[in-house]
Amino acid sequence: MHWIALRMLTGDVVKYVGMVFGVAFSTLLIAQQSSIFLGLVERAASTVRDVRDADLWVMDPRIEAVDNVWPMPETVLQRVRGVDGVAWAAPFLRATTTIVAADLPLQTASLIGLDDATLAGLPPDIVAGNRADLAAPGTVMMDEGGWRFLFGDAPFQPGREIELNDRRAVVVGLVRAGAQFSAQVALYARYSTAVTYAPGGRNRLTFVIARAADGYAPAAVAAAIQAETGLKALDAPAFARASSDYVIFNTGIPISFGTVVFLGVLVGIVIVALTFTLFIRDNLRQFASLKAIGVSNPRLVGMVLLQGAVVGAIGYAIGLGGATWIVHAGAANALALRGFFVPPGVALFAALIVAVIIAVSGLIAILKVLATDPAEVFR
Amino acid sequence: MSPGVTSPAVQCRGVIKDYGDGAGTLRVLHGIDLSFAAGELSLLVGPSGCGKTTLISIIAGLLGPSHGEVEVFGHAVQRLRGAALAAFRLRTIGFIFQQYHLMPSLSAAENAAVPLAAAGVSRAAAVRRARALLDRLDLGAQADKLPGQLSGGQQQRVAIARALINDPRLLVCDEPTAALDARAGHRVMELLREVALAPDRACIVVTHDHRIYDLADRRVAMEDGRVVSSIPTVRARP
Repeated sequence: MHWIALRMLTGDVVKYVGMVFGVAFSTLLIAQQSSIFLGLVERAASTVRDVRDADLWVMDPRIEAVDNVWPMPETVLQRVRGVDGVAWAAPFLRATTTIVAADLPLQTASLIGLDDATLAGLPPDIVAGNRADLAAPGTVMMDEGGWRFLFGDAPFQPGREIELNDRRAVVVGLVRAGAQFSAQVALYARYSTAVTYAPGGRNRLTFVIARAADGYAPAAVAAAIQAETGLKALDAPAFARASSDYVIFNTGIPISFGTVVFLGVLVGIVIVALTFTLFIRDNLRQFASLKAIGVSNPRLVGMVLLQGAVVGAIGYAIGLGGATWIVHAGAANALALRGFFVPPGVALFAALIVAVIIAVSGLIAILKVLATDPAEVFR
Repeated sequence: MSPGVTSPAVQCRGVIKDYGDGAGTLRVLHGIDLSFAAGELSLLVGPSGCGKTTLISIIAGLLGPSHGEVEVFGHAVQRLRGAALAAFRLRTIGFIFQQYHLMPSLSAAENAAVPLAAAGVSRAAAVRRARALLDRLDLGAQADKLPGQLSGGQQQRVAIARALINDPRLLVCDEPTAALDARAGHRVMELLREVALAPDRACIVVTHDHRIYDLADRRVAMEDGRVVSSIPTVRARP
């Protein structure tokens, strides 16, 4: 009976296309908006994720996210180094500064100051220049996406000068780093250089990054640091999660995106359920004649479920394909969207929502079919 | 009745059908006692609202009687439920509906193949058998056409093919000639007699069409929910 169910479905082209469109539109909205939202949330943690050589972050106890900083006295660095289980610890400055250049509009940038000696915390993927170039005074490296954001497709030229906090800075290299939540450009400099580029008070040290010694679990070392110094210490995954959670729980972004996702679900249910109900209603005589002929209720339910599954699968594939294309095309062509992608979890989430839409629509349809009186065929 | 065949194909005993409850109850069948013999083509006639459709629906197991019993080839139809009833209808009864109820998105052959598909026959085998049957009904050339591309008479023959494809023992027809001219109506009745009747089979036709009264073996007349006569037609008289 499967082929009959499919021919019934595709025979009514307008309703068939309407239902597929409803599922596709809903899937597209859900997947695209969820991906952008998760991309933004991920950006909130990109500074933490870009630091590959450290697995511990130490900070003022009031700090909740990497973008939400409060400086500490530099003496805390030695206290952290003295905790059992800490292999090494290094200063890490996180500040916001403004890029000034004659040929550019003012641009806010994330400024990251790294240990003068080791450059601990510098993203490992250096696209242009090399680590040694940062040893020269007044030098910075820029993230690759930030360079393209500022200078478009112009090839990187070492020695490009910009002004930061009334001081000259020379861009000597590019690193590959995740896009930031609060700024489109990230600058990396030695700690002693970075403090001159960011306005600030007596205390400048915003984080201490550290690595747990071999044989020590980072979470356990973090707990030890916290106990001995009174500072807040988290392992890197926990701090990345906390930074993302800060955006989720302290901004209106989830409500904004959540509203669109909810509307996507609502529109999907309304369009698909209404069209599916109309489709079933228009075909009730056919279902009644099938019943009269001797097709059992379970087989009729199977036919309706198959019709719903086909609509759901095709609509989902189109919608997810569309969302993937939009998100990836945006990430490839719009710097503001760089790094965004459709995570597998979003695809699964959209699939679950589509399953709910089809289940609701199918249930309404099945109830109508089951309630159909086969004697209707004689009236 | 065909010579030598006496056992009833359909036996109704005291069949009552009520719609509604309490004071609003409407009785549409008043204790029908009636039989249709095997090997006969019978007409069920009477004015609109006399209960013909209700009776035929009860005989076919599409409606349950409020009281009474119906046996079709020895099976108590009213005792069957759910899947067993559906399977009984699929195996034993063929339907021809007044409005044909062909599926507009299926070809003539596919429409005729529907009961076979419902019985679990593969699509290819079902359509192959349907094509052979349509050939017998002079519709072989139209087998791939959609119902919307066929005339009323052709659609009627597709509906007949669908009703016969499972080789049912009882054929139930609702106004099969209502939309046809006299010649086509006669042809349909001859066709039914030719392909649907055998000593162990029966055909019941609900009709208002006087033109075909003498083309059946028996005419059962109803009025106000009661059988008022059940007589052999001119054709069946010796």
